[in-house]
Amino acid sequence: MSSKKTSAKKQKGGKKAKESSKGKRTELDKNDEADLSMASIGHPEIFPLVFTTKTQEIFNCRADEDVTEENCFKLIKKEDIIQDMKTRATVSDFHPVKKIILEYPGEELLVVFDAKFQYGQNFYLVASEEAKEDLLKPPETVEEKRDDDEKEEESEEETLEVQPYKPPVHKPWVSLGSEKEVEEESVKETITKIKYRISRVRRKFGAPITFTDKNASHVKDSYLECTSYQDKSFSIKMLEKDVGIQMVPKLREAITQTTWTYPRNAATQYFPIELSNEEKEESLSSGKLKEFLTSVHLRMEIALQQNEIMNAFFDDWKALTEEESSSGGKPHVYLKAYQSFTDLHYFKDRTISCFCWHPTISGIIAVSTRGRLSYEERVNLSDKSLLQQPVILFWCSFDPTHPQLVLECPEDICCFQFSPSDPSIIAGGCINGQVVLWDISQHEEKLQNVKPVADGTEITAVNMPSLMQVPQSSTEPPLVRCCAVSSIQDSHEKPVTDIHWLPDYSEDNQMDATSENRAETSVQLVTCSPDCSILFWDNPAMKPSSEKLKEEDVFGMPLDVPDTSKHLDLCWKPLVQINLCENDTNAEYSPVRISFRELHCQYKTSDVPAKQSLYRERSTSSKNVKVLESISTDLLVGTEDGDIVYSDWKVEIDSDSEKQVSQKHTQKYTIHTETINTLQRSPFFKDIILSIGGQTFAIWKEGVTNGPILHSSCSAGRYTAGKWSLTRPGVFFIGRDDGNIDIWDLLKKTYEPSQFQNISESMITFISPWITSPNQHFLAVSDDLGILHVLEICQTLSQPSENEHDTVLDYFEREVKYLNYCEHEFQEYQELQAKRESKSSWRHRGRKQYKTKEEMEEQENADYTMFLDLEKQILADLVLVNRQEILSSLDTWSPLPPLEPVSFLFQDLFISAENP
Amino acid sequence: AEVEETLKRIQSHKGVIATMVINAEGIPVRTTLDNSTTVQYAGLLHQLTTKARSAVRDLDPQNDLTFLRIRSKKHEIMVAPDKEYLLIVVQNPCE
Repeated sequence: MSSKKTSAKKQKGGKKAKESSKGKRTELDKNDEADLSMASIGHPEIFPLVFTTKTQEIFNCRADEDVTEENCFKLIKKEDIIQDMKTRATVSDFHPVKKIILEYPGEELLVVFDAKFQYGQNFYLVASEEAKEDLLKPPETVEEKRDDDEKEEESEEETLEVQPYKPPVHKPWVSLGSEKEVEEESVKETITKIKYRISRVRRKFGAPITFTDKNASHVKDSYLECTSYQDKSFSIKMLEKDVGIQMVPKLREAITQTTWTYPRNAATQYFPIELSNEEKEESLSSGKLKEFLTSVHLRMEIALQQNEIMNAFFDDWKALTEEESSSGGKPHVYLKAYQSFTDLHYFKDRTISCFCWHPTISGIIAVSTRGRLSYEERVNLSDKSLLQQPVILFWCSFDPTHPQLVLECPEDICCFQFSPSDPSIIAGGCINGQVVLWDISQHEEKLQNVKPVADGTEITAVNMPSLMQVPQSSTEPPLVRCCAVSSIQDSHEKPVTDIHWLPDYSEDNQMDATSENRAETSVQLVTCSPDCSILFWDNPAMKPSSEKLKEEDVFGMPLDVPDTSKHLDLCWKPLVQINLCENDTNAEYSPVRISFRELHCQYKTSDVPAKQSLYRERSTSSKNVKVLESISTDLLVGTEDGDIVYSDWKVEIDSDSEKQVSQKHTQKYTIHTETINTLQRSPFFKDIILSIGGQTFAIWKEGVTNGPILHSSCSAGRYTAGKWSLTRPGVFFIGRDDGNIDIWDLLKKTYEPSQFQNISESMITFISPWITSPNQHFLAVSDDLGILHVLEICQTLSQPSENEHDTVLDYFEREVKYLNYCEHEFQEYQELQAKRESKSSWRHRGRKQYKTKEEMEEQENADYTMFLDLEKQILADLVLVNRQEILSSLDTWSPLPPLEPVSFLFQDLFISAENP
Repeated sequence: AEVEETLKRIQSHKGVIATMVINAEGIPVRTTLDNSTTVQYAGLLHQLTTKARSAVRDLDPQNDLTFLRIRSKKHEIMVAPDKEYLLIVVQNPCE
């Protein structure tokens, strides 16, 4: 016991020391011995103690000697501990647990050697008997277990033995202090429950219940009410009140439907109100009309007469200027040289056969050339390589040195034309009789865009992707190949000398009716050639339903040629062939120039030097194409022999012989001695025709069958080309073989040119006037050397004077009258002659023969010549005519006023001539 | 007959191209031109005459239109109005 006490004390002391070092435990108060226990960790009966060696010696619990780890329990008697405590008082190790030891009920206290310092000291005291018992016993069991385990481990290492199942052994629950916690947590009823018992009489169970209503307010104190009352002790006046205001727009949706007006096509058809015939008659006979007319007709007549008398709006001022300009100083040079075009490369040793102004693009001229060799020379020159490739060159007035476009020709071109409806189609007639078509629509743009080029700069070339250029520099003009060539068998046999485009309304087709082509395209071509035939060609590429994109690649045209007439290559055949033959003599005409009545041939230029004419046999082919009935088919033909034939080309089939008999009503005039090189209708008068051939020219009027209205005298040189002026009705230009241009003004002089001007040294081959702007009138002249001269026509020549049209018309009418008069006179003379003949024949039979028609004509001509001489003499005597060199014997007719007196002379002359 | 004679005389003047008589509604009664042209002339000139007349009367209510002459480049149109009828003559005045 005492040992236990001492141990307790030691424990306490030790604990103090330990506790101060360890932070877990609280500061130990000396007085507080209860805290020494291990209550903090759940073991309130364990008191860790420190045993010094002395104490250990006293109680025989020396560490590692008496008490080992295994045998750590030491029972110390209480009395011993108390004794120790008395002897050593505070030194004793049991001092801290003195109280516990004194209170310990048992006799022996257990002191456990805590080798592992489990509770913080090397020894600890167990304060309770139960714990003592527990500790003593469990170590045994634990020891036993450990032994068992060791045994088992040994046994298991050798063999696996199934442990016999040991049911868990009941062990006494050892309180570890948890019951206190449980007690604290448990909820116990603190208040005794009150029990009520409610009972009811049994018979009342399940009895029907009756409910009644009761007003709660009647019964006193059935409800409690807490009425609100204004507490006067508490009143606050609200001075400020927070109010929130939100503005909300009033949103309203409204829908309306409007009537949608949309444009609508509306058409009105109306026809004017007309009076029926009866009504008309009625009103005519009514009295009102009579009155009306009587009142009105006087006014009307006055007005009409006023107009007849004079032109009230005649501008004297203007007329004054006209007179001034015409009577004033004449310009020295009428034709000013403007430009000249030539090309050394293409035009070497070549002459210009024909040229054309481009109808739409101003300033562009297309020129065709041909060799100067005559027919025999060409035939002899079999080596074609020496002959240069014939071309048509396009010149632009802005750039005289570089041609804009080059059209390749299979042969020399004698004549060509721009199609009037589509200026990108060009038709040309070759020297071998073929007809060729070009399509330059690709280059149209380029031609239009040609700008004035300064010297040395390049031509603006527009890129044409499909253009196949000969490998050359960019300044070379593009080369265009022909897109259609007629078949050789069906073309002319001789050079094509004239080519015209026919406007739409003279289209031949298989039907009888005239199909007027409203699109106004020129669909047909007519060509003529000295092989006595006129061919009509149909150009299907030009039809309104144009099939320009035909994909037929029959002949494998090169890529740069447009598609327009691919299918026409070498198979183009003419529609109609007309053979010109004379009705009487069965001979044939060889037309060189043709002129249609219904067609205005305004751009005809073609120069053909006189060729040896050979009569050819009649060509056989004639197509069965019905000719239209309603159009005028009159035709004027100028032949190689100098004949002018007026006929119509309608092909009629003679029912008897089934041959095609054409050219009824033909008239033939042989006035010119050589090939006719120009046959042109006046641009102002449809029935006035100018014909030029050989050394003379003649003006004809259609319908006047007596002869030409005007026939010039023979000139020294030959007339080789001629054209009417485009602006003045009485002016025309004639080119000669010495390079002069004669300007004839019918209103001034009719027997000689009013002006002449030398243009070049060689023969003039072609003339064509043109108007590019109202102030610029040009005359293009080509000559034999291959130079194209463009001359500007001066104002006086280009501006018509007032009433020139009427004046010229008057002149022509006068001439016609004169012609008729002469004819009449001649007839009279003939009658007279016949009478005389009959008389003389009656007297002298067989002496004089009846003169044939030709002889009569010759006679008349001779007489007329004499008459003219006489007239001239007389007039010269009267000093009315300037003495000028008259180079020929035949004179022109001069429309001089003294006509009447001369006629008397005429008659006398005949009579005098008759009777030598 | 007299009507015919008068109209013929007018028509035979020098330079006269056409003569027409139009009634008050603008419907041609007598004409020397073809129908379509006449109708055109009638319609247009009738309206023009009415307008001219109203212009004259507006300027001076006591005045009235007696004659209307329209001279153009090519010819002259002369209109003689009356209460019920209209006489139109087209003449080419150039000598």
